[in-house]
Amino acid sequence: MSEAAPRAGGPDFEALLRRALAPVEPPADLAERLEGRLTEITELAAEELEAWELGAMRDPRNWARPVAAVVIGGAAGAGLVVLRARHRAQARRPPSATRALADAAERALREVFQEARRISR
Amino acid sequence: MATTDKARLDRDFSELYKAHLRDVYSYAYYRVGNHHDAEDLTTQTFLQAYRHFERAQRESHGRPLRPWLIRIAHNLAANLYRDRSRKPQTALDESMPVQAIHTTEDLVEGRDELARILEGVQQLPDDRREALIMRFALGMDNREIARALGRTDGATKVLIHRAIRQLEEIIKQEGAPS
Repeated sequence: MSEAAPRAGGPDFEALLRRALAPVEPPADLAERLEGRLTEITELAAEELEAWELGAMRDPRNWARPVAAVVIGGAAGAGLVVLRARHRAQARRPPSATRALADAAERALREVFQEARRISR
Repeated sequence: MATTDKARLDRDFSELYKAHLRDVYSYAYYRVGNHHDAEDLTTQTFLQAYRHFERAQRESHGRPLRPWLIRIAHNLAANLYRDRSRKPQTALDESMPVQAIHTTEDLVEGRDELARILEGVQQLPDDRREALIMRFALGMDNREIARALGRTDGATKVLIHRAIRQLEEIIKQEGAPS
């Protein structure tokens, strides 16, 4: 093949482009590893939910892990709820006591998401 | 969620990822430029897809979910670059022509030519490069690409046209004698 540039325009160039950008086969074991990760995550989420003891839930410090499990298990819209709660809190401009409560709730939710990220790794 | 629903959802997701693993990996590879990051991006894409699969399936109204998957990969890749504050630093992996589905004829006769095209693709602006990857590596049509990029069909057609024209110019200039 000559060193001249590929012919510009038309189907020839597109055919070259198609050859240059040929699909790339993933490594043979990627599918297997991916399935392993997905199984691991769903099992972890199920275990977290099973371990949810109501007695322990009286302490807000224990809220993070089970709620994270729900998040991991596919509960959609949690982020939206947080955003809406923040918007509402800002709109109301709560007095300091209410603001402290809102801050505590926000901290708890932040922990939930951190925990969710940790479990999903 | 009922156990049967969960089982059906898992089965559907399993079919989805078997059908599109190569698409997502190809997109990731051409987007990030090396196999290590491509694997990571592919894994993260499917993990995120799994979390939102039920909703995506519900809202797809029977339309193919490939554009949705590629959009997830696109967003994750953008985050990756933002986190690292960089674009791909090097050309595609040296091993690429062997890994990809290239024929012996390609390797012998057209390797330089194909390499020049790949280099040209890497020089395109992000949106144009991505549109070409989707079109030529994944074989997506305008409508699918439009959904993946969050654009109209018309805007996508123009984007692809301009991407090809720009790529031709790049290759012409690089092929011209200095």
